[in-house]
Amino acid sequence: MSEIDRREMLKVLGKWLGGAIATAVVIQMGGAASVFAADTASGRKHRYGMVIDTRRCVGCRACMVACKQENKTPPGVFYTVVFDQLIEPRIDDKPLFMTKPCFHCEDPPCVGVCPVSATYKRERDGVVVVDYDRCIGCRYCMTACPYAARWFDFGENYPAVSEGTPYAAQPSPEYNQFRVREEGKSPIGNVRKCHFCLHLQDEEGSYDKAQGRWPACAKTCTGHAIHFGDFLDPNDSVSQLLQERVAVRLKEELGTEPNVFYLL
Amino acid sequence: MVSTTLEASPPPAHYKWLKRALLGFGAVLFVVGSFGVYQRFAHGHLDANYGSIVPWGLWVAAYTFFIGLSAGAFLVSSLVYVFNVRRFERIGRLALFTSLVTLVLALFGISFDLGHMERAWNVLVHPNFYSPMAWIVWLYIVYFVILVVELWFLLRRDLIAGAAQPGRRAGLYRVLALGSRATSEASGARDRLVVRVLATIGVPVAVLFHGGVGTLFGVVAARPHWHSGLFPIMFLVSALVSGGALLIVVALIFQSGRKRNRDTVLTLGKVVLGLLLLDVLFQVSDILIAYRGGIPGEIAGLSVVTSGPYWWVFWIWQIGIGTLIPLLLLTLPATRRNPIAVAAAALLIVVGLFGMRLNIVVPGLAVEEIRGLTTAVASVRVQASYFPSLMEWLVTAWIIGLGLLLFGVGEKLLPVERQPMTERDALAEADTVIELEMRPERDQPEIQDVPV
Repeated sequence: MSEIDRREMLKVLGKWLGGAIATAVVIQMGGAASVFAADTASGRKHRYGMVIDTRRCVGCRACMVACKQENKTPPGVFYTVVFDQLIEPRIDDKPLFMTKPCFHCEDPPCVGVCPVSATYKRERDGVVVVDYDRCIGCRYCMTACPYAARWFDFGENYPAVSEGTPYAAQPSPEYNQFRVREEGKSPIGNVRKCHFCLHLQDEEGSYDKAQGRWPACAKTCTGHAIHFGDFLDPNDSVSQLLQERVAVRLKEELGTEPNVFYLL
Repeated sequence: MVSTTLEASPPPAHYKWLKRALLGFGAVLFVVGSFGVYQRFAHGHLDANYGSIVPWGLWVAAYTFFIGLSAGAFLVSSLVYVFNVRRFERIGRLALFTSLVTLVLALFGISFDLGHMERAWNVLVHPNFYSPMAWIVWLYIVYFVILVVELWFLLRRDLIAGAAQPGRRAGLYRVLALGSRATSEASGARDRLVVRVLATIGVPVAVLFHGGVGTLFGVVAARPHWHSGLFPIMFLVSALVSGGALLIVVALIFQSGRKRNRDTVLTLGKVVLGLLLLDVLFQVSDILIAYRGGIPGEIAGLSVVTSGPYWWVFWIWQIGIGTLIPLLLLTLPATRRNPIAVAAAALLIVVGLFGMRLNIVVPGLAVEEIRGLTTAVASVRVQASYFPSLMEWLVTAWIIGLGLLLFGVGEKLLPVERQPMTERDALAEADTVIELEMRPERDQPEIQDVPV
């Protein structure tokens, strides 16, 4: 082995060692971060999330449709799903509906298992995203998510937008990448998920409700059941609702700290 | 001193047809399965039956199965090359070669499963040190290198000897010898040292990566059926069971078969019996704790296993074929001393373990994580039930066919079955050892004056 080779190798080894130590440090810090206060050290500016009022939800599923239109998701990929008949045996005869986007957990189990760090929690606003160009499609994150918030893109298309139709050339605005759906190309073969319509954020990372630039499901909700906002802003409607009403999160026992709350 | 290669006695005729039948079977699987591989590449994952509720299916099960065989076979080979257990010396090379072939099959299996296999190298470029899967992949790379280099040093002098002999294979051996010419006893001693060092490194690597496969499932707290501290241990034990069992079958058919390996088969049969009982103990323990604990998620997973649509995979495939019949064959006085019966039991164990792998992967996923999930939308990709599609079966058949072909051709071409018999080895061969016996540290003085 020549001297140069050796030096190169040491460099790579150093990189890896550094990576291991840095990862360990980050994990430590992540665990210790306070939940509701702005963590300036990590560059956190927002803590986006939802408070979903099940009493206001009528089960119209407009959120699912709006999401599909906004993100142009294919069959089998549902960034949000509306359930009913969750409580059995029923306490009363009123149906209970719940819309379930990604919860953008504070401690997301999906992020830790990704072998290539393709999915990660954004430092500035806590949105959990997928880097389509890095994701190898192993689907480990899908097994690790306790809320079934992740979907694999098998490459199927709705008949109306199948190849050859004019609609097929419509790009998806996701992540501001404007990808046109093409066989074998990402996001086909990737894991996909709700990203709080990240492409509607401005450069500052803020949503503008007056301009209609906020998550499509919340914007379209006919009963105003989906409240979207920033938990770090005490004046935001979501923060206010949490103070006024009793909210629950799903599977608290797993310690994932979801950022989507339900009012019952 | 030039090592004299002991001519292996010609295999009995009835085993030759078995070898050929296996090769032919492999070829059929390979050819038929090629259609599935074509479909996989032409249509991506469109023809697969897994979905977003059960995201892992037959291929992941096949991968855990093959990688278990590889780890198990390697650990058996390490008995020879690390712990000097001379009883298994005859199948040491076969074991090592088996672990290499099954490793390749496992990697094929998991590659087909990836959405973008062309990006698999991202695991090296963008490592996540917190992901068990990333660690496993790195360990596979180390393991692969260890296997190839160890095998080469094991065969080196035979390759050189083969290159010098007339025949069609001489050219191949010359290429495989990579220009190495030294055939002295000193170089042989160096080879043994290298093999020993590599095998010694390989043991913790194999334990880590296969324990790592168990960890990969075990850490997923979202899936109660997987989330058990026993998983890494269970994976290791079942790997040893399946690897040992596969080697019994291999030893009986290949390498002059039963005639030469009778004792090895019977001894390995006893080892596998013990390991199988240990495996059963772990599983019973895991299942009992889960049932009696009564946590709904764990009960749900177990219900899928024992009384779901694929109850037969558990009761008939895993318990009946893979455990009870082999236990009887390995313990009944009428069969336990018959190498053919022992090998039959071993074959059933190997087959049964595939069922066990399926029973780990699928039921852990085939439970609604949130009630109502699968009825909320009507989509073939949002279903809790999973049965592999024809394409998935074909691809799996292709992988198995590839394995049989690789092994058959490799065993035919490579000097796998011939031990380099030095005089000392030949002497050692002469006194038949019955008990597991440690080889005296005889290599040491020779090593010191070897130029490396």
